[in-house]
This record gives sequence, C-alpha cells and structure tokens, in this order.
Amino acid sequence: MILAAFLALFRRDLRLALRQGGDTGLVIAFFVLTVVLFPFGVGPEPEVLARSAPGILWVAALLAALLSLDRLFLPDYEDGSLDLIALSSLPLELATLAKCAAHWVSTGVPLALISPALALILDLDPRAIATLLASLLIGTPALSLIGGVAAALTLGARRQGVLLSLLVLPLYVPPLIFGAGAVEAAALGMPPRVDLLLLGALTLAALPLCPWAAAAALRQALG
Amino acid sequence: MHAALGKQTRRPMLPHLSNRLSLTAAPALAVPLPDLVGEDLACRRGERIVFIGASFRLSPGDTLILSGANGSGKSSLLRLVAGLLTPVAGRLLWGIAPVAADLASHHACLHYIGHQDALKPAMTPREVLAFAAALRGRRLASAEPALDEALAAFDLEGIADWPCRWLSAGQRRRVALARLLASPAPLWLLDEPTTALDSDSQTRLEQAIATHRSKGGMVMIATHAPIQLDAATTLALDGLAPPLQLDPILAE
Repeated sequence: MILAAFLALFRRDLRLALRQGGDTGLVIAFFVLTVVLFPFGVGPEPEVLARSAPGILWVAALLAALLSLDRLFLPDYEDGSLDLIALSSLPLELATLAKCAAHWVSTGVPLALISPALALILDLDPRAIATLLASLLIGTPALSLIGGVAAALTLGARRQGVLLSLLVLPLYVPPLIFGAGAVEAAALGMPPRVDLLLLGALTLAALPLCPWAAAAALRQALG
Repeated sequence: MHAALGKQTRRPMLPHLSNRLSLTAAPALAVPLPDLVGEDLACRRGERIVFIGASFRLSPGDTLILSGANGSGKSSLLRLVAGLLTPVAGRLLWGIAPVAADLASHHACLHYIGHQDALKPAMTPREVLAFAAALRGRRLASAEPALDEALAAFDLEGIADWPCRWLSAGQRRRVALARLLASPAPLWLLDEPTTALDSDSQTRLEQAIATHRSKGGMVMIATHAPIQLDAATTLALDGLAPPLQLDPILAE
C-alpha cells in the first residue's frame, strides 16, 4: 500500500514534468547555453578547453540542476497538495524521496544524457566521455537529494531562490570534486574508479539522510 | 492495510478504525467508532495564541459547525484536528486513545479539504481523484467504481477529462470535494466548502454530508454560508482568543 502511494506520487510528478515540459526544457537549455558560452570566454584553443572541460561540464550541470530546485516543493505548498501528501498513508520521508526521484528523472537524467554532445564541443578526450556519463548518472541523484533538503528548508521564505542557492552550493562541493575528478582522471588516461566510488558513496549517504532532513523541514513549514 | 497495520501489530490501539478502513465503500460501519474528543485545545500560530480552551465531542453521525469571525481560528482548529498542527495545550482523543500516539492511523481516518483546492492545472479531475485515492493506499482497480461515483455525485462526468486549468472556481471546488467520496474516511474536515459553489452544487454537498452521516460518519465544518445541516452543533470560537498581550517595549 505504501509502495502504491509512493509510485503514485512519483508518477504524478513525472507526468506533471512531462506535460508542463518547461522545467526540463529550461534546465537542458541552461546547461547547453552555459557550456557553449565558455569557448567565447576563454578562447577557442582546443588544449585550454579540453583541459578545463571536466570542470566546466560539472559546474554547468550543477547550476542547471540548481535552477529547477525551487519548483520541487513550492507548487505543492502553494496549492495545498502538500497537506494532502502529509495526510496520506505515505510517510513524509518517503514522499520527499519520491519527489526527489522524480526530480532526478526529469532533470538529472536528461542532463547526463546530453552531456556527451557538449563534451564534443569542448574537445574533451574521447576516452573520458563514458566516465562523464557515468559520473553524472551517479552524482546527479545526490544533487536532487541535497537540493530537496534546501528546497524544503527555504519553503515559505521570502526570496527563496537566492537563499536556496546560498544554502545548496556549498553542499554541492563534494559531488563536484569527485565528479569532475573522475572525468579528469579518465581524460588523462588514469582509472577514474576511486572518484566514481566516492561519488557513489555520497549518493548512497544522501539517500537515507536527505529525505529524513527534508521531511523534518516540511513538517516545520506545514505547522 | 497501510501504515496503520504495521502499527497495529505492535500496539492494537485503534483496531476498530483499521477495520473500518479495510471495508471498501462500506454501506455502514461494522464496528461503531469511538467519539472524537477535543479537550481544552489551544493553538499557536507563530507568535500569536489563536485560541485557548476549545472543547468538543463528536459522536458518529454528528456534525460540528465552527463559527467565529475572520481570524478566530476556525481553519487553525481544523488543521489541528487533522494533525497538521500540534496543540500547545489540551488533548485530542479518539474515545480515550490520544491521537498523537498514532498519527498514521488518525490520518487514515480523515479527509481534510482546506480552502485551497490542491489541483494541478495540467491534470484532469479524474487523475486528481485517482491520485488522491492512491495516496491513501487504494489500488486503482478497486478505486475505479468509487471514482465514477464521486464524479457523478458532484456532477463532474462531463468535465472529468478536461485539464483542470480549463475549470472555473466552482468546478475546481467540486473536484476538491469529490475527493471525499473517492476513498472512504469516517471523519470529514471541511474548511469553507461552499466557497464559489452554485446552489445546485451546494445541495449536492449537503446530500453527500447527509449520506455520510447516515452511515455513521462525522463532519467538522467551518463556514460562513448558510448550509442546510440537520441537528448540527455549533462551536463558537469568538470568545476563545486570549486578551492581546502587547510586547512591553511596544506598549510604552
């Protein structure tokens, strides 16, 4: 029964993301545009671009994921759906997990899937492209989960977007270090295994901790 | 059947309520519910004490109308009874069992319709009701007949597959109210349910409430509009606000 409620919430959020389309499209467009801007800024020399490509791609993906976070709980909070969710048979911890999972599928996965095309623009070493895809697929769940905590904490605050960025960006530093580190290692011909494992560890640690913290913040916002 | 069951094996506190919920669209209560009792409830929102000493007793089949001026705490009391707010004083009980001890079972026993409709512009009324039923742990196959009934009861069949962004305020309100019938729950908490309803829809709501009560359901309703409810008791919240305490610095 709890599983049915979990899947219902997950499917509803995905369906809304698909039908409204705006959020996913915006995130992808932002990611592409940011990456495309870099050659204009730092110059078109392939060596310079290839050298900084792992960092550029990861920072751009991170900012793109940040862009959609304020929509994670706010619409449900404003239209009263969050009351229904809080009163459902689904514990609020699992409800936030379902919402973060839907957020990941509608933003993190498209970001990861489009990243190889952008890697070509930046002349990233072809050996590193598989690692880039893997690092984003492993790391973006952590971005959605950590972002969920910040989105829940800033619910109902004035200037939620700014506050959200200030809260969440420091917490995004560890995934950024290990994600970009893995891609850089692969580009230099070294095994990226350790960085990917640490990135996976971050995601696995966020999986139980973040929904728990986010649910506590949501209860505060509802009360 | 849901979270309540896990709790129940450990602590059979509200077995009668769980039994009630396992009946799909039960025509009548198998086991009578205990009374819902509020004793000297006090509520605080932020810095302000909204009311002190609100007491009521709701037996199966009863209706309680909350009256009071704007800001007297009608909505707060409903949220408090729903378990969305915690009382700062007083107790809320099912019979003699405190609600706070088993919130999951309590949530499974109630429908809360706030003054917001909780509709998504991109979803259809049918999807909204199916989602609400699924959130309460109902499988879609068993919920389907109840959904059709709920849509029919509020005259929504014609617009059941429109996106909610096409609906008028009254139609949106009817979709929100149809949630009451999409999955059964013995306690209905209604916050200004008649807002934006036309007279025909209001009659439909009154009928739904009467049917619910005849099956032993309870209703708590905050409203300003004249609504036809037989043998309803009224709880006036007007006298329950504490005298305004000014900050000593501000008072000077």
